[in-house]
Amino acid sequence: MPDPAEPVLRFEDVSVAFDDVVALSHISFQAYEGESRVILGAAGSGKTILLKTALGLIRPASGRVYIFGKDITTMRERELAGTRSRIGMLFQESALFDSLTIEENVAYPLQNHKAIRCPREELHARVQEALNFVELGSTLEKFPADLSGGMRRRAAIARAVVTNPPLILYDSPTAGLDPITAYTIMALLIKERDVARTTTLVVTYRYQDGNLMANFRYNSDKGGLEPARNGSRPHLPTTFMVLQEGRMIFEGDQDLLEASRDPYISKFVKPRDSHEETH
Amino acid sequence: MLDLLKGFVQTVQDFFLLAGRAIGNVFRGPHYWDDVALQMDAIGVGSLPIVVLTGFFSGAVMALQMSRALAQYGQVGQTGKIVAISLVRELGPDLTALMVAGRNSSGMASELGSMKVTEQIDAMRALGTDPIQKLVTPRLLATAIMLPLLTIVADFVGIFAGWVISIAFLTLTSRQYWSSSWRALDWSDVAQGLIKPFVFAFVVALIGCFYGLRTTGGTQGVGRSTTQAMMFASVIIFILTYFITQIFVYTTQI
Repeated sequence: MPDPAEPVLRFEDVSVAFDDVVALSHISFQAYEGESRVILGAAGSGKTILLKTALGLIRPASGRVYIFGKDITTMRERELAGTRSRIGMLFQESALFDSLTIEENVAYPLQNHKAIRCPREELHARVQEALNFVELGSTLEKFPADLSGGMRRRAAIARAVVTNPPLILYDSPTAGLDPITAYTIMALLIKERDVARTTTLVVTYRYQDGNLMANFRYNSDKGGLEPARNGSRPHLPTTFMVLQEGRMIFEGDQDLLEASRDPYISKFVKPRDSHEETH
Repeated sequence: MLDLLKGFVQTVQDFFLLAGRAIGNVFRGPHYWDDVALQMDAIGVGSLPIVVLTGFFSGAVMALQMSRALAQYGQVGQTGKIVAISLVRELGPDLTALMVAGRNSSGMASELGSMKVTEQIDAMRALGTDPIQKLVTPRLLATAIMLPLLTIVADFVGIFAGWVISIAFLTLTSRQYWSSSWRALDWSDVAQGLIKPFVFAFVVALIGCFYGLRTTGGTQGVGRSTTQAMMFASVIIFILTYFITQIFVYTTQI
């Protein structure tokens, strides 16, 4: 078993460059078990690249990335597969496979991760369970093109959580969605975090999303979100990170973030009361 | 100028890396046989109509043209021979490969390109599959099996079309046509006619997948990849057919 003091995800002075363009510059942070991290930044600030680097899809030019205590920077693709089987990832545009049904899409990681090898007879039940979790239990036979944007996003969440990974990365889960659907998606993220106790990284450009992550929790009796300041989750804090053009310009909790006078940060951060009313 | 050359060398190197991994995966698990079958259907059965049509009309036009040339020497009886040799050695393999390149290289490039720009390739890696193993190798296997078979069909349909022309317009008998075409063919012709499509299959599948997988820049990029894949596949087929023919000319006596 991994040491509980060992961070689930650790970036050590990581830089990523494409040709001569620097996409990430000297990023260092650590995410511990059960922690929520919200990564804010404008388009092109390197948010997506950060998540893909964490998953080993992009190799850093310098620095090291550790997942569950293992250095993945020098791992070969085949070795990486084992580590990836313990990470869920929601891609920005859902990235569901067009040629497969929703059921096949959600079953994909169960069938293809060597480290998981789900028995055939359990497959359907687990897929159904994951789809019920995102309230899409009746869409098994449908193709991604038949679903709306919000439903596709939910199906992709089901695919990310079906393997019960201890670490989940969400790339702009609410991008391009209307406020109501965006709230539903964020509620799902919080539900997954609080029910399965996963370490969660959310990349977003909407401060509301981060605010929900930090101040709400899932109530399994009532089946909905309820306000919960950090006080009720003292050991499971929400940390904010702000990226600007590949550099991390802020890391800390929400109070610190709202107190920041940085002009770039204050563009994202609005006073807390104004948007809590929206739901 | 140096940058241009560097880019070219880099591209060629990337292509051979992909080719090496795709071919290596044939001998290494996991195998996705369902995908191979699916691709064989898409490439083989799907291309059958156009291959039959091009085969038929190229055979017919060869019979018409060659009979006119042969008439000058009073050798119209040899029409079957000329049609059979030119089809089996050259036109059958080339035209079939060009048709399949036009249909499938571009198809693969656009399919894989769309998957690339919508992050499906990344998702595939994140979910425990090697995109080359899952996407490229099945396409390569399917093309390598189906292209020689399609070529055989094209050859036969072309020779058949030559026969139709011969008895309809050239006052040849069936026996004259078939025996001259049958006798014209040597084992080396058959070998040449089957090695070519097998080699072209690598070009068709790997170039299509290569350009698909290196797509960047959204839907516009997909369009660009599709065009490039088809263009390069076609040109390389023409270049390779010359060299393969050259090898056969050197090694076989006429």
